[in-house]
Amino acid sequence: MAHNVNFNLNDLHMDAVLESPVDEEVVHDSFNQLIAEQSQDEGQYDAFELQQLQRDLDEEGRDDVAYLSSPGYDFEDQNEDWDSDERLTDPLVDERWSSDTLKILSSMPSRTIGRSRGAIISQYYNRTLQLRRRRQSRPSIRDFSRSARPSILGYGIETDSCTYAIDAKVSKKEQLVNNLRNLAVGDRVRMLREMPLSMSDKSDLRKSVLDRETQIKSSKRVTCCSDLKICVLSAVRRGWYSWLSFLHSLHLWQVALKRVGGRFGTGVLSYFVFLKTLLFFNLFLFLVTGTFLVLPQAVHSPVSPTENRTFKGLELVTGAGYFSDTVMYYGYYCNDTLRMSGRNDARGHIMANGTKPDCVWNNLSYNMPLAYFFTIGMALFFTCIILVYSMSKSFGQSFRIDKSQSILAMKVFCSWDFRVVRESSVKLMSDNICTQIKELLAEVKQGDTSTTVCQKLWRMMVHGVAWTICIAATIGSVFAIYYFSDYIHQDLQQLSRNRNANRNPLLDEAKLLALPVVVSLINMLLPGLFNLVAWMEEYDSPSTYTYISLSRNLMLKVSVLGILCYHWLGRVAADPQSIGLTCWESFVGQELYRFLLMDFIFTALDSLFGEFLWRLFSEKVLKRRRKPEFDIARNVLELIYGQTLAWVGVLFTPLLPAVQIIKLWLLFYIKMGSVMINCQAPRKPYRVSQMTTIFITLLCFPSFLGASVCVTYTMWSITPSSSCGPFRGLKTMIQAGKHLMEKLEKDNPKLSVLARAHAFLVENPLFLFVGAGIFLIVIYFHSQVVDGQRTIISLLQRQIENEGEDKKFLITSLQSIHENKRTQSRRPRRQDSNC
Amino acid sequence: MKWVLFVDEHALPCFKTYNSTTAQIRATRLKIEKNSLCSQFGFLFKESQMCKSVLCSRLHGRYHELAPHLVPMDYTNDPECKIPPALIVNMPELKENPFRNRIVESFSEDGQGNLSFNEFVDMFSVLSETAPRELKAIYAFKIYDYNVDNYLCKEDLEKTLNKLTKEELTPEEVELVCEKTIEEADLDGDNKLSFADFENMITRAPDFLSTFHIRI
Repeated sequence: MAHNVNFNLNDLHMDAVLESPVDEEVVHDSFNQLIAEQSQDEGQYDAFELQQLQRDLDEEGRDDVAYLSSPGYDFEDQNEDWDSDERLTDPLVDERWSSDTLKILSSMPSRTIGRSRGAIISQYYNRTLQLRRRRQSRPSIRDFSRSARPSILGYGIETDSCTYAIDAKVSKKEQLVNNLRNLAVGDRVRMLREMPLSMSDKSDLRKSVLDRETQIKSSKRVTCCSDLKICVLSAVRRGWYSWLSFLHSLHLWQVALKRVGGRFGTGVLSYFVFLKTLLFFNLFLFLVTGTFLVLPQAVHSPVSPTENRTFKGLELVTGAGYFSDTVMYYGYYCNDTLRMSGRNDARGHIMANGTKPDCVWNNLSYNMPLAYFFTIGMALFFTCIILVYSMSKSFGQSFRIDKSQSILAMKVFCSWDFRVVRESSVKLMSDNICTQIKELLAEVKQGDTSTTVCQKLWRMMVHGVAWTICIAATIGSVFAIYYFSDYIHQDLQQLSRNRNANRNPLLDEAKLLALPVVVSLINMLLPGLFNLVAWMEEYDSPSTYTYISLSRNLMLKVSVLGILCYHWLGRVAADPQSIGLTCWESFVGQELYRFLLMDFIFTALDSLFGEFLWRLFSEKVLKRRRKPEFDIARNVLELIYGQTLAWVGVLFTPLLPAVQIIKLWLLFYIKMGSVMINCQAPRKPYRVSQMTTIFITLLCFPSFLGASVCVTYTMWSITPSSSCGPFRGLKTMIQAGKHLMEKLEKDNPKLSVLARAHAFLVENPLFLFVGAGIFLIVIYFHSQVVDGQRTIISLLQRQIENEGEDKKFLITSLQSIHENKRTQSRRPRRQDSNC
Repeated sequence: MKWVLFVDEHALPCFKTYNSTTAQIRATRLKIEKNSLCSQFGFLFKESQMCKSVLCSRLHGRYHELAPHLVPMDYTNDPECKIPPALIVNMPELKENPFRNRIVESFSEDGQGNLSFNEFVDMFSVLSETAPRELKAIYAFKIYDYNVDNYLCKEDLEKTLNKLTKEELTPEEVELVCEKTIEEADLDGDNKLSFADFENMITRAPDFLSTFHIRI
């Protein structure tokens, strides 16, 4: 670069205002790093070099003065008219920058990366140098002979002779090879991989690196043993990789997801991906409860139930009757220690790993209450950790988009999916990008238009009315559920009082379905009302619309779930005898099963009526061309609602995750079919990573937190029923641990420390609070760190802007000095000619 | 010559800070990505080294397929042969791509789109899943740089937009989008996007790595 600064008019082609540096073969370093290196290592040499450079350049400058007055200069004059035409279009020429300046600018290192081979090589040379320095912390620059060292001295000379440039390139390459050789193998491979050189250049480099190495290593003989080792290692690695790729091919629903993504874009895809995530959460929960609770209990089934119920079919929906005395519900699990003889110790080992192995080896025991308590607790705890983990991960990803300003630029450059190969999808994608760009433009334009006070008032009023309607509807439905559940409860109480009256048992069972049906109906209908209201409101930006509809739906779901939890834990659990229940936990489990099932049935019905029939109706009757859109926010919230039910219910129904898995599995295919047939791609721009973050956050915060609060409350402060379940006879479920500790302490006084620790950790609420507090503090610090880094980024960005300004200023002042020189040199010349 | 020194003494540190600030920003971003508690979750599956040689032979098969009369099957002696762009562009992977000509041109040494086998391999290695972000950014920049002047100027943007949307935007809209795009991404205020600007923008687009990818 610096060599170009001397405005050597020899090279100047008048027709090239902006000369492309593609053909540029000269070596040029990104000198900033070099200067830094030089100044770090040897300041005094630097000064010397600079002095010499100055001398050189002075001499050159003298030459140039001669050039400046040569005919080439007059060309410039003639060219000025032409320049003025160009001025309007090119902002650089607008500031009257001459072609020389532009040429220099265009050959700056940041502009030529990836263009000229010399630039790449020297850039990577510097990088390898840095890397080496970081790895070995010894000043590597001293290893080279002085001539081989990168120095700005070179720039002054390079232009003088073309041959020197080539020499310099060759030597630079050699240095690069040298550096690469000194790197660790992994670093070297990575470095080579990152270089934007062609394959042949890279293989050339690698070969020369290896050549050097073999030269050095030739003294060491390669033994047969090491050969074998390499063979074995590569075989093992190959096997491992093929295993990995096999695992990769097992991904669930890969093809279906790809099809949806190709047709509807990432917005709708995010719904299905979310569904898949939930499926994995349930799978985890099911595996844990299945191995540690269901399997041991199923193997050691208690004494056969007194009454033998027949399967009637309605049980599949109500979950009662035939199912009520199975491993499905809490009531079936026994409260004693399962013992197994040494013969089937294979299974016994697995179970024993879950809890505490007994001292007697050939008589493994399995303490069911403890297992129940710890399995549920641990499963929820690990779910919590995974949730927080994925939440923070998606926060980290979405933050970058969230804060960035260059949405349009990204849309232009990063939105094309190079993978898409089908003609129809390509058409769809370009349509999609087109509409998205138009919408973004509309948003940009909208920022400019201002609204009058009257319009604002009108807006406010409409929003106020809409919110009032929504809140009123939510409160109304909550009260409806409250009174309806109260009515059902009283009905049950009446039923239990006159048990002897002859009533149809089938009808009684069907009555149990009333509450779930009502709740699901409300859950299905109210979002429709919300949509209607939102349609009335006419939001400007689609993202606000999505957020508003999300928050309204959330409000509804949370209040419905709250009132249901109150119904179960406050009414049913408080006084189970009044409705003739011997095991209220099983009853609540059945209720949850019914709710989950009803939710699924109504979602399926919604897909059928809301999407399929509505499409037929709008196509045939309304003669509309457009298909309905897939409402992502609502559907996701329905999923979250179902998941909350599953989490609440896992304590009462250990097999509920299995039900949820089946439900999600079917739902995937139903929704997929419905989307494929009935819906069209949403026209709103949909910022996926941001939305995914919100979904995960919602899943974590109201959903999981609410469910775990419910479960914890049940474990800590509700008396379990006295005649069924693993915790019968205890005051609260938490006492199972205490009892065990007492027993342990009695058996083995050495373990009293453990007992005390248990008393301190589990029974003391203080510890729980402290743990939660620490957790919150960590989250807070984390967010603070991210915030700080965000500030740093914005500061640095401002600095870049300033540097840009500085650069412009420098170039203009350079330009003006140059002009001055020119006029000065012209004057003596003219004087000469006058003489 | 005074002004030459002027450049050396003042401009250099200035340029230096410019470059180092961009690097710093990038580093900070990376740090943020890593800091988000979890960054190693998805990285379990990486394409293997072994796959490379398999891929290479497959690529050679494809390359041979394109022009059986030009390309020999035996490649031990590195024969000199190139396939003209018209044939490469017809590959099913590229056929529907609006940027197919630019892709082929930017990977060819002569800039005309004639690809030797090495360049062909280059192309698909850069467009593969595992290519590093910087490499991808460099070639994406080349692809979008229609007039090969090392800047993305308005002209390039217009062409890109027209290819992207199949010329369905009105000229005014195209004009507006170009203006806004440059305004958004231009950091140093020269009214066109240099590679540094482009790369800076790319680092903020999390989807770029997955979308700039052609599966062969």
